[in-house]
Amino acid sequence: MLQALADGILTGSIIALGAIGLTLTMGILRFANFAHAELITWGAYMALGALAITGTFAGPTPPFSFGLPLVFATLIAVVLTAALALLIDHLVFRPLRSHTSHMTVVFASFGVSLLVRMVILLIFGGSAAYYSNELQIAIRVMPGLRVMPDHVFTLGLTLAIVVALHLFLQKTRLGLSMRALAENPDLVRINGIDTRVVVRWTWVIGAALAAVSGVLYGLTVQLRPEIGFQLLLPLFAAAILGGVGNVFGAVIGGLIVGLAESLSVLFVPAGYKMAVPFFILLAVLYVRPNGIFGALRGGAK
Amino acid sequence: MSGYLAYLVFFLIVALTYSIVVMGLNLQWGYTGLFNAGVVGFFAIGAYGTAILTGPDRPELIGGFALPFPAGVVGGMILAALAALLVGLATLRLREEYLAISTFGIAISIQLIGLNFDALTGGAQGLTGIPRPLFSTFGTPGAYNLFYLCLVGTITAIVFAALQVALQSPWGRLLKAIREDETAAASLGKNPALVRLQAFVLGSTLMGLAGGLYVGFIGYVSPLDFLPLLTFQIWAMLIVGGSGNNRGAIVGAVGVWALWTMSGFAISRLLPVHYQSQGGAIQVIIIGLLIVLTLLFRPRGLIGEAQSVSRHAR
Amino acid sequence: MSPLLLEVRDVIAGYRPDLPILHGVSLHVGTAEMVTVIGPNGAGKSTLVKAIAGLVPISAGSVAVEGTEVTNLLTHKLATASIAYVPQTANVFTSLTIDENLKLGASTLSKADAGRRIAKAYEDFPALTQYRGQKAKVLSGGQRQMLAVARALLTEPRLLMLDEPSAGLSPLMVSEVFSRLKTLIATGVSILMVEQNVKAALAISDRTYVLAEGRNRIDGDSAKLAGDTEVAAIYLGAGGRKR
Ligand SMILES: Nc1ncnc2c1ncn2[C@@H]1O[C@H](COP(=O)(O)OP(=O)(O)O)[C@@H](O)[C@H]1O
Ligand SMILES: [Mg+2]
Repeated sequence: MLQALADGILTGSIIALGAIGLTLTMGILRFANFAHAELITWGAYMALGALAITGTFAGPTPPFSFGLPLVFATLIAVVLTAALALLIDHLVFRPLRSHTSHMTVVFASFGVSLLVRMVILLIFGGSAAYYSNELQIAIRVMPGLRVMPDHVFTLGLTLAIVVALHLFLQKTRLGLSMRALAENPDLVRINGIDTRVVVRWTWVIGAALAAVSGVLYGLTVQLRPEIGFQLLLPLFAAAILGGVGNVFGAVIGGLIVGLAESLSVLFVPAGYKMAVPFFILLAVLYVRPNGIFGALRGGAK
Repeated sequence: MSGYLAYLVFFLIVALTYSIVVMGLNLQWGYTGLFNAGVVGFFAIGAYGTAILTGPDRPELIGGFALPFPAGVVGGMILAALAALLVGLATLRLREEYLAISTFGIAISIQLIGLNFDALTGGAQGLTGIPRPLFSTFGTPGAYNLFYLCLVGTITAIVFAALQVALQSPWGRLLKAIREDETAAASLGKNPALVRLQAFVLGSTLMGLAGGLYVGFIGYVSPLDFLPLLTFQIWAMLIVGGSGNNRGAIVGAVGVWALWTMSGFAISRLLPVHYQSQGGAIQVIIIGLLIVLTLLFRPRGLIGEAQSVSRHAR
Repeated sequence: MSPLLLEVRDVIAGYRPDLPILHGVSLHVGTAEMVTVIGPNGAGKSTLVKAIAGLVPISAGSVAVEGTEVTNLLTHKLATASIAYVPQTANVFTSLTIDENLKLGASTLSKADAGRRIAKAYEDFPALTQYRGQKAKVLSGGQRQMLAVARALLTEPRLLMLDEPSAGLSPLMVSEVFSRLKTLIATGVSILMVEQNVKAALAISDRTYVLAEGRNRIDGDSAKLAGDTEVAAIYLGAGGRKR
């Protein structure tokens, strides 16, 4: 039970990081991006690729299973993931945004998600991969609860990122513009702000968060080309549960989804775990479509 | 020579079965603007439903009711309709995206049930020995396949004709009106959410029908036949054929399925053995590119939307 | 003769290329002049100011500010063109605080300038001060209008475009807003204002344009138009003679 709680919080914090990016793009760019989860996979694999190129130029930093090389690789992954997001926006979403129905962009993101996943499969192959072969020893915190140092790191980093993002959104001009853009794009332009720049930064931030969450997923679970596909439903459930556009909501939503997935194993066979987010999603849509904290922009029509 | 002919018959049966799915999707997306991201889920529900209802009784299974084939297919369609109702009721009054996300979720859930609920679905092995309708009447597999092609062809034609009638009816015009100007339609006292729900459920029911026909032909169900990839393939068929046009839907189904089959052959011939798994990825990339490039450069598809729709928009 | 502050010539514009709303509208605004645009509902008044602001594409005709052409301006460059615009609806960010609304309006300025001008805005509109840290959704209609005008003035524009600033306000609020605008004119700012309230518009402005069905119908000195029976006729739907 205790262990399931701890695992749930870990999964939840990874889902939360991905869901923050998703909720930002859903709120600000105003469409449900099915390709967002693939940015997570992309980020995770770009870090793997970067590691392969740089080699482990320094050993792990105890008590963690990783060291400077992975931190460096993550930075490279963040840059490459942001680049991919901007490229997709430029080549696909922008042209479609201007002259077709809103759902066409959502559908295009669905097609793009398939393409990204297959390109990763093509480059890296389909089998599971790991950042490090070092075995990590779990520390027994109390009877019935063991935690890995990497897991503690993951939690801490998630927390730090959430606080930093909150400060960014509240205190900077760009953060202010992003919140304003979610409410009324034309009025943002009238205020003298080039929304194209704000949109670009939204992609960069969403993609950076996706890359970090991908690396953390790879660090604590394993790397597979399907991780994004499998995270898609939990991410959407978390974002909608927390209220679209609401950063803290996404974090709480992520934790709830992660905990529910992990605790569900106590009641139903583990094979059904992946369906848990779907039932959370359905319940939210039936009961409280704006999410528990209310959406930035109306969820209900 | 007859080997090729036999293959052509086999190919056409599958392609026409998919074309019924594409017409169902066309009703949802092409005519109503609803994004179904879990097509494969409704297809699978029809297939599993039919298999469970018509399959032979076996002690270890919940199903196996040995019902006649038509009853099994209708049962599968009803189950698909109920699933559509479940997500439709939850989402059709909300932001459009929510339907897409929920349908994606239902497809995942169906896949999990297929894989894990052994007592109902046979798990990873699936259900085998599903009786093929009138199989004993035809002596050879070749003759039987020809019969089945006629059966699927007839049903495809009936679905096509019925949809044409429905789309010309006041209900069909209402559908169009709602898609083009929801507020105007609502102000005429129509309930757009209800009409959208009807179109969505009807489209999903057609997907269930196709699933039943599929099972009747191959005689077993296995989770491997209902991978998420199928959703993308069906979408590619619709987009390439041109949404909002059922003739295009059929052409797209046959064309894309031919492309898929031929690219599979080409890859298995040309690529060295240890690159075969990558070859599969290339095949899928073709599907993804087909969707994205058609959206960008030929948004009306190969055949394009029926004229009346765009005239209405002027 | 120095070029006019704003000159709009034969503008054809609409929301869709195949469906123009404005069929060749012209008007001009001089320095420190207050010009109003009136006309029946759906005449295209809002569309006209939106077209000047670059929010509705112009397919023919031109817009110039002090002789420089700004047709189909990128909206975020309004301030660079010395124009500020207060839309008819949704003209404040209700999910942001009053302070944040003003900060956003000043985001093209340096931090120092922004701070100074925001402080001045609170001096000029003291009613806003007590709500600084609250979300704009708590404001009344009149207060929102004040906030929107205060925000528009942050960039010190030469031309202020207002779309029905008096709509939905109490008579007291209306005269408050209008007297503010009068003081602005005195500081050398020009105003182009869309109004529904014909009487008030004719009373306050120097010149008035009457728009109907996307075309100029009548224009002239406001004082003269006030007695014109034709203006009344257009409002009754009879349609006036072409000028
Ligand atoms: N966003 C829009 N999209 C399409 N048509 C619009 C839009 N806004 C206004 N219109 C149409 O443009 C015409 C003029 O509207 P508008 O400029 O708002 O009139 P006014 O401000 O004079 O009342 C109307 O027929 C209206 O239906
Ligand atoms: Mg107006």
